[in-house]
Amino acid sequence: MSLKEDLETIKQTGLQEVTAASDSKALNEIKVKLLGKKGPITKALRGISQLSVAERPIVGSFANKVRDELTDAINEKQTQLEREILNKQLASETIDVTLPGNNIPMGHPHVIQQVIDEIEDIFIGMGYQVLNGPEVEEEHYNFEMMNLPKNHPARDMQDTFYITKEILMRTHTSPMQARALQQHDFNKGPLKMISPGVVFRRDTDDPTHSHQFHQVEGIVIDKHITMADLKGTLEVMSHKLFGDKFKVRVRPSYFPFTEPSVEADVTCMNCEGKGCEVCKGSGWIEVLGAGMVHPNVLKMAGVDSQEYGGFAFGVGPDRFAMLKYGVNDIRDFYLNDLRFLTQFD
Amino acid sequence: MLLSYDWLSDYLKINLSPEDLGEKIERTSVEVDSVFKRSDGLKKLVVGKILSIEKHPDAGHLNICQVDVGNDEPQQIVCGAPNVEVGKKVIVALPGARVGGNIKIKKAKMRGVQSNGMLCALDEIGFPKEIVPDEWKDGIYFLPDDAKVGDEIYSYLGMNDSLIDLDVTPNRGDMLSLRGAVYDLGAVLDQKVDFDETSEPSKGDEFSADSIKAEANESLAPIYQLKVVKNVDVKPSPLWLQIKLWNLGIKPINNVVDITNFVMMKLGQPLHAYDLDQITDHHLEVRKAKQGEKITTLDNQEHELDDVDVVIADAKKPVALAGLMGGLQSSVTAKTKNIVIEAGVFDPVLTRKMAQKELLHTDASQRFERGVDKGNVENALNYAAGMIQKNTNGIASKDVVTGSMETVNPVKIAITVTKINHVLGTSLSEADVISIFKRLGFGIEKQTDKLLVTIPTRCWDIKIDADLYEEVARIYGYDNILSTLPITTTTEGGLTPKQKLIKKSRQTLQGMGLNHAISYSLTNADKAKMFMINPSEETILQWPMTNDHSVLRMNLISGLLDDIAYNQARGVVDVPFYEQGRVFFRNSNDSRPIEVEHIAGAISGSLFSSTWNKKSEQVDFFEIKGIVAKYLETLSLKDQISFVPNDKIKEMHPGRTALIKLGDEIVGFVGQVHPTIASQFKIKQTYVFELDLDKLINADKTEQQYQIVSSYPSIKRDIAMLIDQQVTNEQIYAIIKRRGGAFLKDITLFDVYEGEHVPNGKKSLAYSLTFENSNETLKDDVVNNAVKKIEKYLQEELKVEIR
Repeated sequence: MSLKEDLETIKQTGLQEVTAASDSKALNEIKVKLLGKKGPITKALRGISQLSVAERPIVGSFANKVRDELTDAINEKQTQLEREILNKQLASETIDVTLPGNNIPMGHPHVIQQVIDEIEDIFIGMGYQVLNGPEVEEEHYNFEMMNLPKNHPARDMQDTFYITKEILMRTHTSPMQARALQQHDFNKGPLKMISPGVVFRRDTDDPTHSHQFHQVEGIVIDKHITMADLKGTLEVMSHKLFGDKFKVRVRPSYFPFTEPSVEADVTCMNCEGKGCEVCKGSGWIEVLGAGMVHPNVLKMAGVDSQEYGGFAFGVGPDRFAMLKYGVNDIRDFYLNDLRFLTQFD
Repeated sequence: MLLSYDWLSDYLKINLSPEDLGEKIERTSVEVDSVFKRSDGLKKLVVGKILSIEKHPDAGHLNICQVDVGNDEPQQIVCGAPNVEVGKKVIVALPGARVGGNIKIKKAKMRGVQSNGMLCALDEIGFPKEIVPDEWKDGIYFLPDDAKVGDEIYSYLGMNDSLIDLDVTPNRGDMLSLRGAVYDLGAVLDQKVDFDETSEPSKGDEFSADSIKAEANESLAPIYQLKVVKNVDVKPSPLWLQIKLWNLGIKPINNVVDITNFVMMKLGQPLHAYDLDQITDHHLEVRKAKQGEKITTLDNQEHELDDVDVVIADAKKPVALAGLMGGLQSSVTAKTKNIVIEAGVFDPVLTRKMAQKELLHTDASQRFERGVDKGNVENALNYAAGMIQKNTNGIASKDVVTGSMETVNPVKIAITVTKINHVLGTSLSEADVISIFKRLGFGIEKQTDKLLVTIPTRCWDIKIDADLYEEVARIYGYDNILSTLPITTTTEGGLTPKQKLIKKSRQTLQGMGLNHAISYSLTNADKAKMFMINPSEETILQWPMTNDHSVLRMNLISGLLDDIAYNQARGVVDVPFYEQGRVFFRNSNDSRPIEVEHIAGAISGSLFSSTWNKKSEQVDFFEIKGIVAKYLETLSLKDQISFVPNDKIKEMHPGRTALIKLGDEIVGFVGQVHPTIASQFKIKQTYVFELDLDKLINADKTEQQYQIVSSYPSIKRDIAMLIDQQVTNEQIYAIIKRRGGAFLKDITLFDVYEGEHVPNGKKSLAYSLTFENSNETLKDDVVNNAVKKIEKYLQEELKVEIR
C-alpha cells in the first residue's frame, strides 16, 4: 500500500473516530492519538524520505492537508460538544419568569398634589407665574381688599376661623390677587399668575365639606383682557385636565371680587352629559368660579381700573380630583389611608 | 326660593318645559337647584267620599270607613285619624299607591279587619310638616266638597304645578319675588312685561293717622309705613291662596297673615300685620332694643334683647323684631277685629347682625339683607290692604302713615358700547346694546359719545358700569361670547428656585419609597407643640369647630403619626410617609404667626413588604438616616451637614436621636419616636425626621464643579481597631480625614462589632480607605506612610488599639 493510501485511510478512520467522540475527554485522546508526535501522520511523514524526489512534495502536501482536515474536524467537534454542555446547563437554569420582580420601594405623590401640579404645568405653559401666599391672612386682605366689607352678606358664604379680630385662616386663595396686584409693576408687562394653596372654612367635616381644602387662584390683568379670554382660558384648562370631549359652559353667578361673575360647568364625567345622579340630571358639573376683576379690587390695590382690567378664577383641586377619579368623600384626601393614596400614580 | 311655573305663566308666554325654563334661568340669572312637582313620586291617590263610619270592634281609636272611590263597590278602609267624618271628600291611597317617602300602600288587615288602602293627611302625601296648615296638622285632609270622586287628587291641591328652586346669590335679591322673576324672564325671553299691581281702592272714609302713630329713624328703617284695616273677619284663606303659599314653601295661617305673605312673594316687599287693639297707645316706633327687654316671637321663642337688636315697639314694649318676625302678643288671630299693616325697609347690615344673633333667619330677613325695591314699598302696602279688605270684608283706611321715607332716586350710569365690547370681547353694535337694555326695562338716553342708562328701582343692585356689562353678557348669552386666549406681551412663566426645590424634594423622597401625605394644619393643643426644637407660642383659633382642630401645628410629625395610626389600625403595618407643608411659630408679642416650610418623614414597619424571595427589613435608625442624608445630598448640602446626638426632644428616644446641623445651625432632627409617645399614638416602632425646609432652601449650596476622573489606579487599605464603646464614628472619621493626607479620597466604615471576642466596654470598627493621585501612579510607600500617620494619631488621641 502506498504512503498516500495509508494517509487516506488514516484520514477516513480518524474522521469517523472524531464524529463518534462522546465528550471532550475522548476527543482529546483522539486528538493526541491522531495528531500527536507518535501519531500516524507524524509517522507517515517520516516515511517521505523513502519516496522519490518527485513524489515527496505531492505526498507531503497531502499529509499536511490530512492533518489540517483532521484538526478542523476535531475543533469543530470540540465547539459542538461545548455548546451541548452549555445548552444543558442553561436548560437546567430555567426559572419561572412570571414570578414577581423584587419590591423596589417607590412612594406615591398625593392625588391632590398631582392635580395641582397638572394645573401649574398648564398655566406655566401659558406664561403664568406661580405665587404662594400666606395661609394665615389679615382680615384686610382676605375680605376688605376682595371687596367684602364687614357685614357683607357674602361673608356668610365663607365661614371663617379667626385667630384674632384681624387675623384669620385664609378662606380662599383670592387675597393673593390683591397682594400680587400691589406688588406688580405694570410697566414691565401684564400680570399673569396662579396661586395654589390650602384654605380653611369653619365647616363640619362630612363627605362634601372639609374644614381644610385646596384652591388655585388665577388672575390676568392687562390693558385689554376680555370675558372671551376668560372663557377660552377656562376651556383650555378643562380640556387639558378632563379631556377634549368635555364641553364647558359659563353661567352668571356672584362673587364680590368679580363683576361680571360666572361659574363654569363641564360635561358630567359620570354620564357624559346625559344626566345622572351625580349631576342631578343636568348633565353638567360645576367646577369653578370666575369673573372679570371688580374695579374696586383693582382700585384698592392701587391699579388704575380705567386703564387696566382682566379676569380672575378660582378652582378647587379637591373637587377636580373627586370628579376625575370618582372619589365621593372629600375626607378621604386627608386621612392618608395608604390603600387610598397608592391608587394614584 | 321657589318659583311657581303656573304663576309665571300668568304673566309670560312660556313655550319651554319647566326643566328647560330652569336651564334658561340658570344660564342667564341664578343657579337652579332643582325643578320638581309636589306630586313627584306619588301614585294612585284619588278623591274618595266617606260613606259610613263604624268603630273598630277591637281598637277604640280606629274607624272602619266605607269610602266611595268611584268604583261599583265602596272601598273598606280602616283609619286612625280623629277627624274622619261622613260625607267628607278625602285623599285615598288605593292599594298599590305610592305616598310620601316613597312608601307603598298595600291591602292589609288592621287588628283583624280588612283595610283596602289609606286615608291620608297632607304630610303623608309628601307635604313637608312645616307647610301643613295647623288646621290639618293632626288629621286627614278634607278636599273641597265639589271634588269629583275617583279623580286624581293632584290638581285639587295644586300639586301639578312645577316648582323651580332658585339658589339666589346676594346680588340678585330682585329674584326673590314673582315680580322680579317676571321682569327678568321677560328680558331673557324678549317679551314685554305687563305686571299689573294696581291695588283695590280703599272703601273706608277713616284715616290710618287717626288710629296709629308711626315713628322711625332713617338709619334703622329708611322707609317705614303703616296702614289700618278695620272690621276684618279672620279665618282660613281660600284654597287657591293656601295652594299658592304652600307651593312656595310657606305655611298658610289665616287670611290676613297669608295675604301679607302672598304680597311678599308676589311683589318682594315683606309685610307684617299687627292686631291694632293690642298696640298700647296705638303708637309704633322703630328703635334700638333696650338692654334686658324681652319679646316672644310668633314661633313661640323668647328673645332677650340688647342694643344689637332693632325692634318695633309700642308705648310699652317691643312688639316685633324689626325685619325678622312679629311678636306673639300682638299677632293677628281669629279674635282680631282691626289690624295695622306695616311695610318698611330695614337696614341690611343691622338685619343681618340681628338674624345671626337671634338665630332667626326668615323670609323677611333674607329679603332685607339683600335689599328690597325702595320705590315700591307704599304700593305693596296699599296692594296688601286692598286684598285684605276684599278677602276679610274689612274696611281699609284712606291713607298711609309714614314714619320715615328716604328719598329714592333711580341710578343713572354712563356707558359706552366700545367699553362693553372691550370688556366682554364681543362686537355688539349700539343697536344691540340698546335693545338689551330696553328688554331689561332700563331707560336709555343717547348722548354724543355715550349712553346714559337709567336703572329702575326694582334692580337696586345695579350701581356701576361693571354691573351693566354683566346685564349685557347674560342677556346676550354667555354661549354667544367667543372663546379666545389673552393677547399680551410675552410673559415668562415658571417656578421660582424655591418652588422648584420643594417640588424636587417631593420627588426625591417619593423615589426613596416615602408616600406623600397631606394632613390637617389645624390640630389639637397637645399635638401642635410636639417634636419641637425651639420653643414657640402656639396660635389658637378663637372659635374652633372641635378641639381636634383648634391650634395651628408647629410640627409635621404628629400629623404623620396620626396617619400611621389610622393605617395600622386598619391592618396596614408598613407605613412610609413624608409631608411637605407649613408650620406656624409665633412670637409672644405678635398675633400673627410666622409660616415656615417644613419637610418631615415617618416610617413604621418597613419600606416595603416581604415578597417570595426577599424578606422585608424593619426600618431602623440607619435606614431613615440614610434617607435624610441622601435627600440632603440631592440639595447639594452634603459637605455642610452633621449629625449630633441629642436627648432633649422629649417625644424622641433619648439614645436614638440626632440633631441635624447645617454648619453650626440646627435644621432638624432624625431618630426614633419615644416608645411612650408611640404607644400614646397607638403605633408600632416608628422612625421620623423633620427639617426646616426654608433654612435648607436659603443655605449656600456646594458649587458643582467637574473633577477629573483619575486615570491612575487607586490603592485601598483597611484599618481595623478596638476602641472604647463611647467613642463615636464621627470622632474617628474626623481624625482619619484630618490626618489622611492629600491623596486620601474616601473613608468607608465597613464593620462594627461588639460581643464575643471583644473585651467588655469595647467595640471593633473597621474602615476601608481609598487613596488616589490624579497626576501619577501612587507609590506604596506614600500610602503606607499615610496609614501609619493615621494610626498614630488614632492611638494618641482616642487610645485605639489597631488590630
